[in-house]
Amino acid sequence: MTKVLTDSRPIRLKGRSFLALVLSPELPLGSWLQQLDDLAERSAGFFLRRPIVLDVQGLEISRPELKELIDDLGKRNVRIIGIEGAKSSLLGFDMPPAMSGGKPAPDFEQPAEDAAVGTADEHHSEPAAPAGQPESQPVRPVPSLIIDQPVRSGQSVIFPEGDVTIVASVASGAEVVAGGSIHVYGTLRGRAMAGSMGNSSARIFCSKLEAELLAIDGLYKTAEDIEPQLRGRAVHLWLEGDSIMTNTLN
Amino acid sequence: MGKVVVVTSGKGGVGKTTSAAALGAALAQRKEKTVVVDFDVGLRNLDLVMGAERRVVYDLVNVIQGDAKLPQALIRDKRLDTLYLLPASQTRDKDNLTAQGVAQVIGALKRNFDWVICDSPAGIERGATLAMRHADIAVVVTNPEVSSVRDSDRIIGLIDAKTVKAERGESIDKHLLLTRYDPNRAERGDMLKVEDVLEILSIPLLGIVPESMDVLRASNLGTPVTLADSQSAPAQAYLQAARRLAGEDVPISVPGEKRSLLGKLFGWRAA
Repeated sequence: MTKVLTDSRPIRLKGRSFLALVLSPELPLGSWLQQLDDLAERSAGFFLRRPIVLDVQGLEISRPELKELIDDLGKRNVRIIGIEGAKSSLLGFDMPPAMSGGKPAPDFEQPAEDAAVGTADEHHSEPAAPAGQPESQPVRPVPSLIIDQPVRSGQSVIFPEGDVTIVASVASGAEVVAGGSIHVYGTLRGRAMAGSMGNSSARIFCSKLEAELLAIDGLYKTAEDIEPQLRGRAVHLWLEGDSIMTNTLN
Repeated sequence: MGKVVVVTSGKGGVGKTTSAAALGAALAQRKEKTVVVDFDVGLRNLDLVMGAERRVVYDLVNVIQGDAKLPQALIRDKRLDTLYLLPASQTRDKDNLTAQGVAQVIGALKRNFDWVICDSPAGIERGATLAMRHADIAVVVTNPEVSSVRDSDRIIGLIDAKTVKAERGESIDKHLLLTRYDPNRAERGDMLKVEDVLEILSIPLLGIVPESMDVLRASNLGTPVTLADSQSAPAQAYLQAARRLAGEDVPISVPGEKRSLLGKLFGWRAA
């Protein structure tokens, strides 16, 4: 018997970013752990159920030492979900995975700082004053990438941060992956994946559609599913619910 | 210092070796000292096409490994005293080509010749990337059909990324040589049009070489087509392509089309 597919909807694969607390251990590890214990004592449950990333960039540490550190943190209920800035030789297969490409975010509120400055028995219920943080996080505008060279077969343009504009053609066998929208002022012959980080408002625009694959927010259309009357036309694609909508531009 | 030209395509069987020999001979016919280097180690063919297969003693791999001096491996053509061949090894494989060795050989050839034509093997692996590594100019040989065009597109991407010039941030001149163009098939519409190929690859056109029995006949005779019968259509196409490569402004004509394409030419060049 052949298996009957009752649901033809494709599986959606998406990227999503979450905020994690980053701990940067310092040598010697013994006294750093002690400081951490002090902090945990003053604000019980600070690390509880929070995803923690360990930043070991520039830390002179061996693999067994790192393993021991992860275990020591585990005993303190600090759960490490990933390790940043580690050489691949440092990471064992029983350790959390390596992470990269982290971006700075507003600092976590540090309850210990205030408690240490004020009297130890007095319990502050309100959060630390934001005025106490002199350096403000740089506010970046929505980034966009402009490419004025053809994207050749075998090349990938991957830009999870925002929109990609290509003032040339995208060849068969090339791919463009953008966190935001994709604009192609030329013929789109390869693959275009917009909203790859889970952005359902992302769109795809091209002045001539000959694409092999189009995707928005994980939903895709292969060349076979693209309406033949759209081929060779200037086309605009967007998402409505779970379906990709298309329209010609001229 | 001479100019290094790589003749490449990605796909096999499109006419790289024929074109390298024909362009090399055409440049040598202009009295410019030219050497054609076969990078297809293990599957050499250039010696046959140039009619030098009985005179090969040392090859590129011998020179790279220090078993022979460069002048010992160079074969001077019997018909043209400005044309030389540096053959590939048939018994070794491409792993014997080292990046450093290739750099030294190309450096030495550049000092002694006006043109160094590198005949690249098919594919995008070691042999092909080393052949293009030191190029100043790339001649991308393409047939008017989809698989060849896509492979050429891939190769152009690699030329823009993996050559010494590209890594220094300089741009490398890329030219399209459309070969095995069949006017009858083009008329019937079962072949990609010249405009389509140029639109997809968006690099300037160096020439259009028609599919011709003259090419096969010349290969079998061991004579570059430009030397075999300089009046034949493919020979004329290669001779004109060589003039364009040397910087002359020669109008391009599409085989089988009577009217001049001078008007269209500008649009193509700008592509």
